[in-house]
Parts: sequence; C-alpha cells; structure tokens
Amino acid sequence: MSLFMKFLPYILVMAVTTYLIRMIPLTVFRKKITSRFILSFLYYVPYAVLSAMTFPAILFGTSSIISAAAGLIAAVVAALLNRSLTTVALSACGAALLVELLLPMIPV
Amino acid sequence: MKDKQFSEGLKSGIPIALGYLSVSFSFGMLAVSKGVPVLSALLTSMTNVTSAGQANGLIIMAAVGSFIELIICQIVINMRYALMSITLSQKLDERINTPGRLFIAFGITDEIFAVMVSRKERITLRFYSGLFLLPYFGWALGTFLGAFFGNVLPSNITAVLGIALYGMFIAIIIPPAKQNRSVLCCIVISAVLSTLVWFVPALKFISSGISVIICAVIASAFCAWKYPIEEDAG
Repeated sequence: MSLFMKFLPYILVMAVTTYLIRMIPLTVFRKKITSRFILSFLYYVPYAVLSAMTFPAILFGTSSIISAAAGLIAAVVAALLNRSLTTVALSACGAALLVELLLPMIPV
Repeated sequence: MKDKQFSEGLKSGIPIALGYLSVSFSFGMLAVSKGVPVLSALLTSMTNVTSAGQANGLIIMAAVGSFIELIICQIVINMRYALMSITLSQKLDERINTPGRLFIAFGITDEIFAVMVSRKERITLRFYSGLFLLPYFGWALGTFLGAFFGNVLPSNITAVLGIALYGMFIAIIIPPAKQNRSVLCCIVISAVLSTLVWFVPALKFISSGISVIICAVIASAFCAWKYPIEEDAG
C-alpha cells in the first residue's frame, strides 16, 4: 500500500494536467487560432513526440537488440501497409518473439 | 432516435475497445515491470486514458522524477488533445452545455477523436456516451490484466510485449508520413535528435522525459517554419 501512496501524487498530477489540456479548449477557449506558425507547430507535435518516444527506445524494449530490431522492421512494414494499430503492435511482438525463439538455435 | 444515437456510438467503439485492450495490456505489464503496483497502473489508466502520456508518465514516476518534469511532459505529449478539442468544440451539438463538455473532454483520445470528426452529423451526448463506454472499459480491463497476469506469462512473451506500445506509435506516425513528406521530415528529425540524446555521453544528463520535449519542440518548430500547413487544414 505504501508503494501505491508513493505513486498516487504522480498519477493525480498527470490526470489533472491531461484533463485540463482536453477540457480548457473544449469549454473555455472558443476563439480560433489564427497564427499559421502555431497551427503548424501543433500539427507536427504529435508525430514528433511519438517519434522521439519510439526511437531509439524500441531497440531496447526486448531482451535483445536483434529481436527488437526484427520487431521494429515488422512494425514499419505493417504500418506501411496501413494495418490497424492492433495488427502493427502484434506484428512487432510476433517478429520479436520469433527471433527470440530462433536466436539460441543459431550456432555462432 | 435518442437510443439509436447511443447504439451507433457503442458500435463505433467496439474496434477501438479491442485495440485498447491489447495496448493497455502492455502498459499494465510495463508498469509492473517498472515496480508500479497493479492498483496504481489501473488508476493511471482510469484517470488518464492516454497511451503515450501514460507511458511517459510511468517512466518519470518509476524514476521518481520531479512533478514539474511530469507536468511539462504531459503538456507537450498531450498538446495534440488541445488541438483536437478546439476542432471538436465546433463539431458538438449546440445543446451540449458546460457539464456535458466537461464530461466529453475526459475521453478525447486519438481514436475517439477520429471517429467523432469523421461523423457527418453533430456529436450528441448520447452518441459520445456510447462511443466512449467500451474503449474506456477495454482500456481499464487491459491494464488490469496486463499488470496482473503480465508476470505469469513466459519471460520471452513478456519481453517482446514490451514493444507493443512502440508498435502502436509506429502505426500512428507511418501512414501520414507516407503521404506527407513534411511529416516524414518531422519524424526523422525527432528520431535522430532522440537517438543523439540517448547515445552521446555528454547529453546523458538529459532525462528521457525532457529529451522527448526537446526533440519534439525542435522538430515541430523546424517543420512549422519550413513546411507550414495550409491555412484551412486542421
């Protein structure tokens, strides 16, 4: 329970921050943004954030960099084929698992 | 008519719920592997309902980072919701009052937003309630199952499930990058900067949360300056 209490403030701060970001524009902010730069900036932010979170962290997301790289390649291929979020995520896991299972069999 | 709105929403929510189930499963697992209790992981999912934000918050939380760092990260990562909310505020049924808006604001995610903006009619409270119900339940349930059963699974399964969330992020960023060179440019810049921060010893002092902010702001600002979007887009 002490661990739960330790993390509780983080969770609440996170929840309130996230909620305010969603809530304020929907209820209070009714003026349209006109700055082309700010609109463009906001447009690119999600892609930049997700990219920075994924790279290079994904390569260290499994127990070996080789299986992670296989997962990365599988995910990129599936995404290029416009597969759903679930399919892409599972492709990454499947490819990584396959490599994890095969790796010990390869004589070095 | 009113009930039809609700069931239409419910139906649109089914594929989202299934996707969330598997993605939140890996979040739950990741949480436990970082020493965060099951109940904390569940509470995080039930109060935040956001994949990238939660994954990042988890990292800061597990490292016992500062609240300022956490708040800045959440603002930067979830900034897109502000943009979505602005778009949605034009799309909601005029009869929806402030309490209704406060309620809707809680569930704005990438996927739920996508369904709402692509709907021809204005969004009613009934439609939104139906739409949000199953994904929310799926998100919470998946988190619980992942946190609870994650360590029961064989170790090589849990090892590879750790990249499921990253896989989902790739699924979000690649299709638009394929169509739009400026998005691709933004993704590449951000990835290169992030990789530099990760590997260059002199930059080791930058925490992972702050690194995301720095990389994203530089890449987005550069692309906003170099490739501004069309006036009527977004």
